[in-house]
Amino acid sequence: MSDIYYNAKENFTGVIEQLMGRYRVYAPVKEGCHHHGFAPIEKAEAADLGFNNTRLSPKGLFHPQAERMFEYSLAKDDPQAGIVKEAQKDFSPRVLLGVRPCDAKAFDLDDSNFNTETIKDPWWVRRRETTTMIGLACDSPCSTCFCTSMGSGPYDTAGLDVLLVDAGEGYAAEVLNEKGKNTLAVTSGWTPVTSAILPLTHKKKASEQSIGIAFDPAAIAKKQMLEIYNSPAWEEVQFACINCGACTFVCPTCWCFDIQDEVCGDKGERLRLWDSCMFPLFTLHGSGHNPRSNKTQRVRQRFMHKLKYYQDKYNSGPACVGCGRCVQACPVNIDIRQVGRQMASQGCSQPA
Amino acid sequence: MQPYSESIREAAKRLLLEKRVDAVIGFRQGTVPFMNEPFLARSPEQADQLVWDGNCAINLANYLPKRNGSVAIAAKGCDSRSIVIHLVENQIRREQLYVLGIPCQGMTDKRKIADRLNGRQVLQAVETDGKVRVSGRDFEQSFERADLLQENCAICTHKNPVIYDELLGQLVEEQQIDRYEQTGKIESMLPEQKRLYFEKLVQPCIRCYACRNACPACYCPTCFVDESKPQWLGKTTDPTDTLTFHFLRAFHVAGRCTDCGSCERACPVGIRVRLFTMELEKQVKQLYGYEAGVIQNGRPPLDAFRSDDPEPFLG
Repeated sequence: MSDIYYNAKENFTGVIEQLMGRYRVYAPVKEGCHHHGFAPIEKAEAADLGFNNTRLSPKGLFHPQAERMFEYSLAKDDPQAGIVKEAQKDFSPRVLLGVRPCDAKAFDLDDSNFNTETIKDPWWVRRRETTTMIGLACDSPCSTCFCTSMGSGPYDTAGLDVLLVDAGEGYAAEVLNEKGKNTLAVTSGWTPVTSAILPLTHKKKASEQSIGIAFDPAAIAKKQMLEIYNSPAWEEVQFACINCGACTFVCPTCWCFDIQDEVCGDKGERLRLWDSCMFPLFTLHGSGHNPRSNKTQRVRQRFMHKLKYYQDKYNSGPACVGCGRCVQACPVNIDIRQVGRQMASQGCSQPA
Repeated sequence: MQPYSESIREAAKRLLLEKRVDAVIGFRQGTVPFMNEPFLARSPEQADQLVWDGNCAINLANYLPKRNGSVAIAAKGCDSRSIVIHLVENQIRREQLYVLGIPCQGMTDKRKIADRLNGRQVLQAVETDGKVRVSGRDFEQSFERADLLQENCAICTHKNPVIYDELLGQLVEEQQIDRYEQTGKIESMLPEQKRLYFEKLVQPCIRCYACRNACPACYCPTCFVDESKPQWLGKTTDPTDTLTFHFLRAFHVAGRCTDCGSCERACPVGIRVRLFTMELEKQVKQLYGYEAGVIQNGRPPLDAFRSDDPEPFLG
């Protein structure tokens, strides 16, 4: 049984300040009318917990768009010339405040790429270890949200250390593990909640029910891979696609990257850069051959990877948490919910 | 704007039945408010899905370059100008095309609505009589459509298609307006101010290239951004890399951009990328008296050398 505590909202600036005393605190920050993403805050008031999904997921805080991995010297007189050294990185403890449950679950999915029994990406693992994830349950899901169809939900605790629930005058905090407990311990004003908070149970249900069923990933898992792969429906799905990377870059579970060296004068850096399966360059071989040279292949790859290959490979749910960012960001309204329905129902080319 | 849906469907079915064209490029109803999906109708049955309303902003000419066969295309003013650019630049042949001309009253800017609603989610939007009525879980609100237009539409001087085989409505009145108020403000800045202004402008850029890919004028088989031997451009989000991309993109479409606004609409993080292209549009107009995609004959000014080309930069 997890522990639940309550704190009044009027204390919350103080709570954030206390966190800032011990941690680097990242939170949604309002810029104009939007929340671009999670940014390090300098003042407690800058954290804005009254937000819909941020435009960008917080994945960049663990897997930066341009990560300086290594650096090296090429100076002729430098005895260390050509030796690749790890670039300086800040791994001091930090808190992500206000992470939505969908985004938190995405980190668990991304672990299957960056942190497994056999493969450990050192920077991803370290950042995960030194970050406390304080989630915020979602009471007003966007019209593009479909987390409940993807095995998550607006109150899902996966990937979180603490889950905050807006309880009107205050926040209820569900402490989910030791890390969460230790982080919350640096803040004050919390009182234990002994009995179940019924209104919050109702809120959870209401929020879940406000999210429509998008499609059933299990139905896609059951299909023969080639049956979906060879479907004529892709031709119709791909027409509108302009092959930009907006969907993949805003996606919390798209982790693909490219590695490049950049040299300026006699100094060099090795960079790890977000890449996108939507770009022709992504699969271009040194020989000039490109196994995914046309748009249909690339569009199909993105959906097949998320909704079919990942499920087949890991025997888990899809590599999608239903945050709906790709639906919002796509300039030409390609909607993964509709594509998922087509994949599940095979051959259906009409909007469901 | 709704009546256009009927006339597009009717024309599309007719052209497909008569086998005048192999397919019709238009839009179908989107899955979220203020979004429609570019759609290729290949059969009269599919033509029933075609719609036209204030959410058809993406420039359909983008789907034309190097197309085989014959195709009909629904084209508002800016789309038709981009079609002219494609014809002038030999990306498609006139005889392949059947242009369904659509006099345009401007397209709705979904960001302007989002800004006004401050986080409240629109579940339904209805466009009638110059108004846009939106509703969500616990609210209903009505806006003047004129206040919600995309910025390029608000200053548009070519609402009517410049070429068409069939016009699907009454021509609308064109406006006389100063298109360059915004760029004038930037021009008056000192160089250092400009640098800071542009750096701030592109700061949220995630290098997804939606602006480039939504642009009908960007059709190079390999964009300079994707060249790897040599690699012209770094792929980080450092200001130098990001600004280089935006400046070069703008220069590549100088004298070819029709200010359709697709780049700005496509940007997932709301960068006003048109500020780059507008300045170049203005200069081309001032130097050569030329507007992209309006005249079908002759070569565009930046495509040909003439001994009397103005050269004010030579002092």
